[in-house]
Amino acid sequence: MDIQTLTFIIVGLTFALYIGIAIWSRAGSTNDFYVASGGVHPVANGMATAADWMSAASFISMAGIVAFAGYDGSVYLMGWTGGYVLLAMCLAPYLRKFGKFTVPDFIGDRYYSQTARTIAVLCAILICFTYIAGQMRGVGVVFSRFLEVDIATGVIIGAIIVFFYTVLGGMKGITYTQVAQYVVLMFAYVVPAVFISLLMTDHFLPQTGFGGTIAGGVPGEGQYLLERLDGLSQELGFAAYTEGVRSKIDVFFITAALMVGTAGLPHVIVRFFTVPKVRDARRSAFWALTFISIVYLTAPAIASFAKVNIFNTVNGPDLQGVEYENAPSWVKNWEKTGLITWEDKNEDGKMFYSGDERNEMTIDRDIMVLANPEIADLPAWVVALVAAGGVAAALSTSAGLLLVISTSVSHDLLKRNLMPNITDKKELLYARVAAATAIIISVYFGIYPPGFVAQVVAFAFGLAAASFFPAIILGIFHKRMNRQGAVAGMVVGILFTFCYIVFFKFVSPELNTPEYWLFGISPEGIGTLGMIINFVVATIVHKATGDAPEDIQELVESIRYPKGSGEAQSH
Amino acid sequence: MAFESEDHAKAYWKENLGLMLKLLVVWFIVSYGFGIILVDVLNEITFFGFKLGFWFAQQGSIITFIVLIFIYVRGMAKLDNKYAVHED
Repeated sequence: MDIQTLTFIIVGLTFALYIGIAIWSRAGSTNDFYVASGGVHPVANGMATAADWMSAASFISMAGIVAFAGYDGSVYLMGWTGGYVLLAMCLAPYLRKFGKFTVPDFIGDRYYSQTARTIAVLCAILICFTYIAGQMRGVGVVFSRFLEVDIATGVIIGAIIVFFYTVLGGMKGITYTQVAQYVVLMFAYVVPAVFISLLMTDHFLPQTGFGGTIAGGVPGEGQYLLERLDGLSQELGFAAYTEGVRSKIDVFFITAALMVGTAGLPHVIVRFFTVPKVRDARRSAFWALTFISIVYLTAPAIASFAKVNIFNTVNGPDLQGVEYENAPSWVKNWEKTGLITWEDKNEDGKMFYSGDERNEMTIDRDIMVLANPEIADLPAWVVALVAAGGVAAALSTSAGLLLVISTSVSHDLLKRNLMPNITDKKELLYARVAAATAIIISVYFGIYPPGFVAQVVAFAFGLAAASFFPAIILGIFHKRMNRQGAVAGMVVGILFTFCYIVFFKFVSPELNTPEYWLFGISPEGIGTLGMIINFVVATIVHKATGDAPEDIQELVESIRYPKGSGEAQSH
Repeated sequence: MAFESEDHAKAYWKENLGLMLKLLVVWFIVSYGFGIILVDVLNEITFFGFKLGFWFAQQGSIITFIVLIFIYVRGMAKLDNKYAVHED
């Protein structure tokens, strides 16, 4: 059977599974739709959170980023996992005890203020929209490449599937569908890595393999893989793989922005409302990080193997370049997509890949994970499995985000703000209408991406770090913090971060170099500074305006211990 | 009031914060300390074929995060029982 047919079968089977689960677990009430009636087991919730968390971007492009950035790529590895430590210890258990559906609910009630709630709703919607636009593009890319349809068709097919189980299933449907998606994407990620590790270093575990010595029959036999990778990189005019080029302060700030942003993302936080108890919220965070780490610990291994393989297959074992005539099939396959190009500058008929003027290749980093099984010559079913994994990653994250958008609109904006007397049934209807509207908009951005989708991802993290995180932390750990402080902090924090990013990314991109950055911090890392500013402003304003009322302080006391937690309530 | 007394409530919160801060200090040292600030120094040491600083940045910190949350979950469950504020 050829790759094409196999891909159809495997992706088709996984789809049937997801839709089946969505129908089986249809939401009956608003509680079901928003938080699955709090009835999800911590292990299942952990897997669902992991699937929700790992988007098309982390499945498809993270290993590629690490492969090309080497040590500098560590910011994503540490940043997107370290945030769970903050979530588990500083946020999840307390928000679960608080027992509301959404982050704006917490902000609005804790700071006894409609203004605070509205600001939080707007932030949540903005963050989720920036995120989902990229996801739909990811769905489209995977579909169009493996099913050989054009990207517009790919996006639309994906959108219909997402719409189906978000709108019908609500949180309950999504949670169980995401459990299935986690299993698919984890296997799709790890299986090829194990094959490649065995091939290149004789290690079964890719995590130890990339520190091992190169196996017999592979160029550089007996040498440590990373040592060879450093050597090859430098010889070819790149920075040493295990050392970075970014400044320390920038690496520090980007890592912090990603960690804190992770802990402040509304679609991640809402996950911890879906478990029955406070204790389960803590456990869920543990399981979520465990499941995420299976993929994140594998990614740097895939990255190193892929980089060595590229050097070996493009430049040849002797680094003289490989005749284009004899180029491996993966080079030719991916050339068709335009994501690999070769330009024979010195007209010797050989390909050459380097970091200096000798370079003749452009290789898109996003193809790494998808092309890896082909590069290593793995069986066709592994290639098909990776396609199914990419689809699972993109769909699961889109569904989670859509749910937050629809909840924010129907619950936070309409029910809590504009139409307080709305019935449960009406509210559910509006939630579904909001999801449908959001999907139509994201399909549009998927088909006509506003050239900056990739940049916007960093944007979402920075905004979450500079707005939600300090407001929630202060709300839990500083019981006297008042409305004025929280609102001022959020507004100043988010405006500062927003303006800094917009200035360097869109207004004056030509100035986007370390010499013009504030303290040498890139726009990707500025959310950390926004967060610090938020904390400082909130504290100063609080000092000037007096403490929060007694009843609010009592409320804060009561979320600090687990006893008496009920199911999540809408009000 | 779920606690026996005001003192219990204060003691519980203090122990909770103590555990959290201890674990967050480790969190900071391993990721920001070993993985970023001290990476060049640690890279002088080789660890199963890895430069140690590089290993912490790409593997060690993530493994540490999981262990930290595990210790936290266990520690808090114990604390909840000690002050009888666990859920049934």
